[in-house]
Amino acid sequence: MLRFIVVRLTQLIPTLFGLSVLLFAWVRALPGDPARALLGDRATPEAIERINDTYGFDEPLIQQYGMYLSALFHGDFGESIKKHEPVLSAFFDKLPATVELSVVALLFAVVVGIPLGYLAGKRSGTNVDGGIVTLSLLGSVVPVFFLALLLKYVFSIELEFFDSVGRQDARLDAAHTTGFYIFDGIINGQFAAAFDAFKHLVLPGLALGTIPLAVVVRQTRGAVAEVINEDYVRTARAKGLRSTTITVRHVMRNALLPVVTTLGLQLGLLFSGAVLTETVFALDGVGQYLYQAIRDRDYPVLQGFILLIALIYALITLIVDLSYGLIDPRVRES
Amino acid sequence: MTEGTINGPRARAQRSHGDSLWRGAFRRLSRSPMAIAGALIVVVFLIVATFAPVLAPYEPASTEWTQLSTPYWVQGHGPGHPLGIDRWGSDMLTQLIFGARQSLIIGVVATAIGLLAGAALGTLAGAFGGWVDMIVMRIVDIMLSIPSLLLAISIAAILGKSSAALMIAIGVGQVPIFARLLRGSMLGQKNADYVLAADALGLRRRTIVMGHVLPNSLGPTIVQATLNLATAIIEVAALSYLGLGEGDPAVAEWGRMIVSAQDRFEIAPWLAFYPGICIAITALGFTLLGESLREALDPKQRR
Repeated sequence: MLRFIVVRLTQLIPTLFGLSVLLFAWVRALPGDPARALLGDRATPEAIERINDTYGFDEPLIQQYGMYLSALFHGDFGESIKKHEPVLSAFFDKLPATVELSVVALLFAVVVGIPLGYLAGKRSGTNVDGGIVTLSLLGSVVPVFFLALLLKYVFSIELEFFDSVGRQDARLDAAHTTGFYIFDGIINGQFAAAFDAFKHLVLPGLALGTIPLAVVVRQTRGAVAEVINEDYVRTARAKGLRSTTITVRHVMRNALLPVVTTLGLQLGLLFSGAVLTETVFALDGVGQYLYQAIRDRDYPVLQGFILLIALIYALITLIVDLSYGLIDPRVRES
Repeated sequence: MTEGTINGPRARAQRSHGDSLWRGAFRRLSRSPMAIAGALIVVVFLIVATFAPVLAPYEPASTEWTQLSTPYWVQGHGPGHPLGIDRWGSDMLTQLIFGARQSLIIGVVATAIGLLAGAALGTLAGAFGGWVDMIVMRIVDIMLSIPSLLLAISIAAILGKSSAALMIAIGVGQVPIFARLLRGSMLGQKNADYVLAADALGLRRRTIVMGHVLPNSLGPTIVQATLNLATAIIEVAALSYLGLGEGDPAVAEWGRMIVSAQDRFEIAPWLAFYPGICIAITALGFTLLGESLREALDPKQRR
């Protein structure tokens, strides 16, 4: 197992190295003089001088890359041009909101997707199966931001079930220790605040959750349809086990393995989906910050955020791989 | 010369075999309601996109200044404008029809870019193996380490607001998908009997790859391209939504139509609803077609 971890970790190094070269080259590929591209056309000569100093745009490329790498290793991911704050701390400020949103979206996908996928797999080839597959396909072809707009219009503007913007009602004056608003509410005993934060996540979570939902349904369906014809399931049935026992202990246990893996990998997709959902619902997370950076042409923010998201994505993939190795001995061996 | 005579009947035999696979697939497709629905949507979409100038009741960029909507009022459906007019005073139906054309062009070119570059990389990696394979797959890994929408965002941000930028940005995001597909397919066939036989006959590697291995990878590639067209159409809209779409306001684009309808959502929700539905239905069409094609080409399904 230790060897497996070490091997997977060393495989990460060239990827991250390549990524850093790519993002380094990216800022320099912007049209025109890099300092001017970063600051915009109306930059003062002093500001341009300052930027040239920080990024070393006057130095040879190799040296510039060295400066970039050494800054990264010192935790310096650059500074926002528009907001004048370090990119790294901005990212971690905004991360809790996005994590909360992603968790709600994933939960929705799991709670709805696995039973639907099970049903479709068990009845594969029937109308039930066709209906479920079509439904999950529908969820995946509607653009996330459009779905978000629709949900916002129907459920918060017309029906007024949910608040349409923000993470929490400001009038609640809730304490925020960790930045995870639901969690904060629970540990501080402010259950109303926690519930309010959750209510703000229902619609965005639903919109974002349709991305992994389609994948979860399809994976579960395929796995169940395959497992249900296995000999050990037939044996279990022949032994006279109750059908719930067979479902839980034999079918789902084996069918869910691949589903767990895909769930982990979906997190990367959720990050890009968050850019679109958070904007619609004005959730103050990584996605909305990234959206503003795109609008403002705030390249250091884009550069830093993409690198950080790729890092997190790589770590999640690694954890998924490792946990897969833990659950399934065959993976470890190979 | 010897090569030709040996290759001739062999190639013919293989072609007829290929025909039966495709014919069988087509027969299965024509029986599947999913495939028929998908094909129907795709055909209608293609017709609308191709004949947009004929079908649309107005010029794409024409506006009626006299009916230009104020921030508080938008003209609804009525004679002359069956789907109403948008906030710039342009006919909705015309915009939707020309939007189909824009979606088709960007989707097809982007997928073609992804397919060609990805297929080249994947074929190279799979055919040569060794260090070529290692370098290519590391590049693919790096590309996959960035979620595809973010990759597209970063490319579109460099290239500026234009249709060409959109095509490249979305196409590049598809490169790793096709590269992996083709490489896997190459490796899978490396020890297949017909490849070993061709190798034993002394055929050149290029002939084996071009004549035997690539044609056998055609099915999964077409399936993937069809599915990617759906994603490309959705991604165009997403990039437009993020302000990275086509900069020319005279070009109708579904994603941007939703964006510009956003601030009037409460008084005229249909302005966002129509283009949204168009995106969803088109993407659904390509997805249904791709998925049923995948099933039809699956050797396990052959009877």
